[in-house]
Formats: sequence, C-alpha cells, structure tokens
Amino acid sequence: MSTAELMETVQPGVDDQAEAALLKVEGLTRVYGDRIGCADVSFSVWPGEVLAIVGESGSGKTTLLNCISSRLTPTCGTVHYRSGDGVSSDIFKMSEANRRRLMRTDWGFVHQNPIDGLRMTVSAGANVGERLMAVGDRHYGNIRQTAIEWLGRVEIDADRIDDQPRAFSGGMRQRLQIARNLVTGPRLVFMDEPTGGLDVSVQARLLDLLRGLVSDLGLAVIVVTHDLAVARLLSDRMIVMKQGRVIEAGLTDRLLDDPRAPYTQLLVSSILQV
Amino acid sequence: MTALADMTDTGKLATYNFAYLDEQTKRMIRRAILKGIAIPGYQVPFASREMPMPYGWGTGGVQVTAAIIGPDDVLKVIDQGADDTTNAVSIRAFFAKTAGVETTTATAEASIIQTRHRIPEMPLTEGQVLVYQVPIPEPLRFLEPRETETRKMHALEEYGLMHVKLYEDIARNGHIATTYAYPVKVEGRYVMDPSPTPKFDNPKMHRSEALQLFGAGREKRIYAIPPHTEVVSLDFEDHPFEVQHFDQPCALCGGEQVYLDEVVLDDRGGRMFVCSDTDHCENRCAAGHRGELAGDDLFDGKDKGVETEAST
Repeated sequence: MSTAELMETVQPGVDDQAEAALLKVEGLTRVYGDRIGCADVSFSVWPGEVLAIVGESGSGKTTLLNCISSRLTPTCGTVHYRSGDGVSSDIFKMSEANRRRLMRTDWGFVHQNPIDGLRMTVSAGANVGERLMAVGDRHYGNIRQTAIEWLGRVEIDADRIDDQPRAFSGGMRQRLQIARNLVTGPRLVFMDEPTGGLDVSVQARLLDLLRGLVSDLGLAVIVVTHDLAVARLLSDRMIVMKQGRVIEAGLTDRLLDDPRAPYTQLLVSSILQV
Repeated sequence: MTALADMTDTGKLATYNFAYLDEQTKRMIRRAILKGIAIPGYQVPFASREMPMPYGWGTGGVQVTAAIIGPDDVLKVIDQGADDTTNAVSIRAFFAKTAGVETTTATAEASIIQTRHRIPEMPLTEGQVLVYQVPIPEPLRFLEPRETETRKMHALEEYGLMHVKLYEDIARNGHIATTYAYPVKVEGRYVMDPSPTPKFDNPKMHRSEALQLFGAGREKRIYAIPPHTEVVSLDFEDHPFEVQHFDQPCALCGGEQVYLDEVVLDDRGGRMFVCSDTDHCENRCAAGHRGELAGDDLFDGKDKGVETEAST
C-alpha cells in the first residue's frame, strides 16, 4: 500500500485512492485567540486502518481529535466523511441531527478517562445498550443479550452486567467504554489516550484486545497517544505533531525505525529501553 | 362581576385583578399555552411569576388556571384525587376569592379541574380543561442534568436515554418499576413527563376529550395535550406497559378498576384501601354501593378515624 506517500502529499480530491478514504481532513486549523491549537493539518484515513497521532503534551493532538470528531468546531479547514452509502460529505456542513446520529452509530469515541465516556449511574448493561436503544432497539431481551455478548468480547464477566461502572476497576471501565462504543458496529473510532492511567499489564491486554477487535471488525481507528509503544503496537500509520503542526507522517515502522525530523528522532530516542 | 368590581363598589381600593394575575401576565401565559397546544408535548418556557404560595404547592398550575379562568367557569381542585386536602382547599378558596368563580367538587360539573397527581376516575368530556401542577417537567432530567443538552435531545428526537431508565428498572427489579411520572410519547413526537400522576392514569390521557394543560412554576415551563391526542406510554416489546392492579376493591364504595390509597387505621397493622378520587367514591356511595368497611356506624361518626380516612 502506498498510503504513506499519498498521505504526505494529500492533494484535495486528486487521485482515486484519496476518493475512497473514509475520512479526509484538509487544512484543519483551530486557534484559541492568539494561540494555535492545531494548524493546517491534512491527512486521510482509509477503512480498516489505524492511524496514530503522537506528540508531546500541548502539541495539539487532542484539539485535532476533537475537531475531526466534530466535538469542536475548527477555525478553518474541512473534514469529509464517507458514509456507508459511499457519499462523502463535510461533517461541519451536515445538519446537527445527522452529525449526532453519525456520532452514535457510525462513529465511536473512547475517552482517556472512562468517567467522561460512561454513564456512571446506570449499570454496565445499560451503558452498552444505550446506543442500541438510541437507534431504536425496543426489545429488552435482545438488548441484554447483545450487552452480554459484548461484555464477553471485552473480557468482562457476564455476572457484572448489572453492576454500575463505579464498581469497576480502571481497566474494566476502559473495556466497558470500548464495548459501549463498538456495539452499534461503528466504522470509525476515535480514541484519546485509551491506555492512559492503566498499569502496564492491563495496557498490554487492552492493546491486544483492541488489535483483535480492530482486525475482526475492520474498524478504522484514529488514536491519540503520547506513548510511542501504543502507536507501535496498534497503528499502521502515524503522524507526529509539534506545536500544533504535523512535522512528520508515514508508516509506523518506517517512522519509528527511521525518523527523519529532528523532533521525531528526539521523541524516538526518548523511549526507555528495558 | 369580579373581585376588582366588588372592591370598588364598596369604595375600597382594589387589591387584586380578576384571578389575581394582571392582564399582561395572563396574556403572556395564554401565548405559552397556545404554543403548547400547537406543539403537543413541547415544553414552552414562560415568565413564571411569584405566587402567594410556596414553590411545590402548585404555582405553575395556579398560573395556568388564572390565565384561562373566566367568570362563568366552575372550578374543581383536587390534590391526590381528593377535594378536601390542604392544597385543594386553599387553591379553591384562592380562586373563589380572587376571581369570584363558582367552585365544585363534582367532576361532571367542573369546567376547569386543577389537579395535583391524579386524573379523575370519571372520563372527562369535551369542553373540560384539566390543569396539572408539575414539579419537574423534564422527563430526561435525572439522566441528563444539562438543560442545553435535554433541549437538544428533544429537538433532535433523541429519546434513547428514556429507555435506558426503563432498562435499568427491569435490570434491577425484573419489571418496569416506575410507578409515577411514567414517561409518555405525545402524538408520536415529544416525550413528556405527565407530572407525578400514577401510571394508572396514563391511559386516561390517551385521546382524552378534555384539554390537558401542564404548568411548572419553579421550572417555568408550560406544556399541553390537546383533546383527542395520541399519548403512548413508553415500554419494551417484551416488557409492555401495564397499570397497577389492586387485590381488593375500595373499602368504602366497593369500587374496582380505580386507583386506591392505603390508609393506616391503627398502630396494630390495620389498614384499608379507599378510592383516591373522593368525588368518585362519594358518588358511588350515594348510589348505594358499599365496601366492606362502609358500615353505617362509620358514617355516624362513632369511629374517630372517619375524618382522616375519608379525606386521604
């Protein structure tokens, strides 16, 4: 796949492969007054691939993620999403109703802190079932069955289905959040530091689980992380950000083994070798 | 004709406008009511006024009633179905004083019925108006605390969250345990909180001949169900909506298929179940129906418990 080259030279609507992109971001800029959140970011995501956005704290990763997931309005630039029927449309020109429907059916958003992504006052089963009910499922037995299946897939025991997430450990909460997002079979999932705050062995299991789910379901994932190990394990491609700008992009293996930009070299050499 | 006129006739300064509120306020409330009727189930914000009663005592209902009442109206006020509890008596007296209207306890004779938490057992007819006192108009409130978000959810018809609440009920209790303020969908569009009426009364709202108006004073919202409007209680396909059932008939009138209140008779576990709708119960008793505790000795007043029993 020559996606790496393509990505580095994204020309708006030129080649055919770019047309098939699931999400196409062009010239995205978000400023906070005089300060830059992210500036002139362009990239595409194809179905079934995992893109990692890496960079240090304050480099604009989360601003970028919030913009492309329509949680934040960019100052300028466009985000085109190609829906299941093959029509590509600018998410900021959609009606709010359509955009919100997209967010709870075609998209998922995994927050760094599970408390932000879960309803802490309702049971795990209801958390998983919420999206199903939001799209019109009205059969309690079916919803519960689906919830049990999904809890199983994210390695949560079925007998925890009626417990509230506040009774769950951090790793379980994160897995529950993932199940809750994947239950409607989304095509694109945004993840903001999904392994942040988890211990190493739990991280490893979560990453393994995510890899399995991503390949089983053919998900496209955009994952924001400052942890290069997460990017290495999970992603096909990476973009590196610094001070709101993309400074390097490419295949993960290429980028980590042969970083070109000085900042990327610094980042890669900062990894603790055990 | 009005309190105003009465006062000026006697040479004193007028203290109240007809029905307490000034005409501009009533106009504002009527506009909100008309909008509510035009969009069944939609919560219309309005500039709720201070009323001479505490929030939670029906300030919303009183303002709605004040805005629609005319000199020819006959007013009935019920509180938990009863005509003779504090809230009902004082609101009835309030309008008798400030509007000089005729009041009644008979459901059939009333043109306006202000209610707290019950719909009369007798089916309402065309031309009658039922005014509800609503504490919390937002059915999504306990799941979504942000008003901006709930309004957006109503606007975009995102009601999945309401079923999350019902799901939780079934998961915890094995059945839908919500017994009052049971959410309904009005005319296939807006999900609405029918105020804390028991779900027993939900079917009475469906295609009712009467106009139903809801006023929430503290929350500053008015909403409405026009006559003959479809009102469907939310449920699951495999857990359909059901109303409460009572094992025994009313102890005073022997009525069945009515909503009953439990009345504690003594401190040894004695209790009775009586109609919550006192007018309905009295009519049945007058028509010769008798429940098991409706012995004549009770009505002679020999038992000191009679007053409290009948008035609950």
